[in-house]
Amino acid sequence: MEQFFQQLTNGLAVGGIYALIALGYTMVYGVMKLINFAHGDLFTIGSYLGLTLLTSLMLTDRIGAFLGVLVLVVMVMGLVGVVGIVLERAAYRPLRESPRLSAVVSALGASIFLQNTIMLIYGAKFHFYPQDILPKMAINLLGFPVPLMRIILLLTSLVMMIALYLFIQKTKIGTAIRAAAIDQGAARLMGIDVNGVVMIVFLIGPALGGAAGVMVGLYYGQVNFTMGWLYGLKAFTAAILGGIGNIPGAMVGGILLGVIEALGAAYISIAWKDAIAFCVLILILIVRPTGLLGERVAEKV
Amino acid sequence: MKENRAIYGILLAGAAVILHLLMTIHGIDFQTQGGIFVILGLSLLLMEGHADVFNMGHMVGYAAFVLILMSAPLFLNRYWVDVLNNVGLYALLGLSLNIILGNAGLFNMGHASFYAVGAYTAAILNTTYDIPILCLIPMAGVAAGLFAAVVARPIIHLRGDYLLIVTIGFVEIIRIALVNNVFGITGGSNGIFGISGPNIFEFLFDTSRPKIFGLKFTKVHEFFYLIWIFVALTVWLFHRLESSRFGRALNYLREDEVAAEGSGINTAWYKLLAFILGATWAGMAGVLYASKMTIISPESFSFWESVLVFMIVILGGSGSISGAILGAFLIVGLPEIFRGFADARMLIFGLAMMLMMIFRTQGILPPRARVFST
Repeated sequence: MEQFFQQLTNGLAVGGIYALIALGYTMVYGVMKLINFAHGDLFTIGSYLGLTLLTSLMLTDRIGAFLGVLVLVVMVMGLVGVVGIVLERAAYRPLRESPRLSAVVSALGASIFLQNTIMLIYGAKFHFYPQDILPKMAINLLGFPVPLMRIILLLTSLVMMIALYLFIQKTKIGTAIRAAAIDQGAARLMGIDVNGVVMIVFLIGPALGGAAGVMVGLYYGQVNFTMGWLYGLKAFTAAILGGIGNIPGAMVGGILLGVIEALGAAYISIAWKDAIAFCVLILILIVRPTGLLGERVAEKV
Repeated sequence: MKENRAIYGILLAGAAVILHLLMTIHGIDFQTQGGIFVILGLSLLLMEGHADVFNMGHMVGYAAFVLILMSAPLFLNRYWVDVLNNVGLYALLGLSLNIILGNAGLFNMGHASFYAVGAYTAAILNTTYDIPILCLIPMAGVAAGLFAAVVARPIIHLRGDYLLIVTIGFVEIIRIALVNNVFGITGGSNGIFGISGPNIFEFLFDTSRPKIFGLKFTKVHEFFYLIWIFVALTVWLFHRLESSRFGRALNYLREDEVAAEGSGINTAWYKLLAFILGATWAGMAGVLYASKMTIISPESFSFWESVLVFMIVILGGSGSISGAILGAFLIVGLPEIFRGFADARMLIFGLAMMLMMIFRTQGILPPRARVFST
């Protein structure tokens, strides 16, 4: 029971991270019908930028651990969002009218490009986050000790997801995004600036991915230039699991995948941990390609 | 256009001389220069053969390509012959993926898994039962084909991007299974070593390492001719296939699946056949790879291997045989030339992919329009 509970909380924390990355995939897919293969690398950029800012600005020493990390996450989100916009301008906008395969290949090229840029700047070895940023204490939850870090991670991702959901549902820009997701041509005729919508999507998606990058760095303590591809693929699995193009779906799918993976690693085999996620991916695509929450046309984003 | 021909000839010769001088200034030795010239020259000849860019005629281009390629081992050192071997192997993989991706239009990013099944089948049977490599080529091909039939059957109905993602999932599952030493026969992350070579020439001449034209005939040369003769057979076969009922059905399917279905083409069946055929060929290429390397490990069959083959087909020109071979020359051969900037190589590669898609979506050598006699 103890092990089950620990794995469950671990899975929830990691699942929150998957969900944040998955939101980037699902929003881009919703609006542009494109799998942004470079999204995983934007996530890596986020974790490296977080590491650089953390060690160079010493924010956590100056303004306290929690506030420091918060400011750090916000800064990284802004920077990665800008990278996302630049990426869209350079690699995807010229291909808006081309066949889908061209955009996919361009996305793969962008992924290779970004990954190797990170490698040239930081080197191929693992980098380590300082370990004493957030206090290492455990909170008693239902009689079991749960590391504070997991609770913070889960809460942070939940807050971001709820904020995004409200943004998409309640604001004017959110309505424009939903409209562009349903029919770009019709949205344009209704006076919606579709290019602006795409830009916002490429700001929010990578920003959330960048935040997830910092969170992974803080949770696992180490980052590597190739890690984005595995996290990206798993987050994509999460997006498919929940129903791609569907924002609540990405959240549910991410958390579900995190839990499935953690429990699978604990009870089946740790060596097959990554394979479990991909088996979930293949099964869901064979059995229910629309995902758990379906491709609800009216709310597709 | 005789004048044009002369102008192109002079321009190319001039470019070659300048390149030679530049490389000599930078202290690149003659053997390396030879390798670079052969790879660049063969790429240009392939373009000439396919698209007649220099007005010398298709047949001249192809004939010169074959002649230079076949005589290349006589004047290149072993390193560059080995580069050409790798190009040949990837040309085979490119040709096999071209059936699936180029002719049938199925986004298969899982080609490395078929390649892996072929290579591991050969490696296991060769090291435990001592079956000669040449006999294993068809056996491993059948194994990879069967694997593809089982794996592709449930996913064949998926739409473009979804198929892409599922096949990526398959590659990763296969790699993880190999690392985890599934059934205890794959050797885990160390892989399998001690795979034997084909030993054709020992068999034919009953002498070890004969000299031909004063050239010491080594294993590298043996593989060179084995691989490229296999490529030639594949090209001939796939060329015949393109204009067959099967090839036409695949093209129809790629252009408009609904119309194809409406015209009585069993789309699911033809898609599956394309997968099986491509996988069989990839499996056979895997045998050659295993035998050439004598050691194989799961890392050789990662997702990036699939990406590489995918790029070969897309950059060369999806659906075109010459394109797949040119793609192999550009993606496997060209980076050897830029070994000096090994670190930035992949960066440039990624950039080239983006630029290519923006400025020439159809690839360098798109298939020529089919001419029907009336």
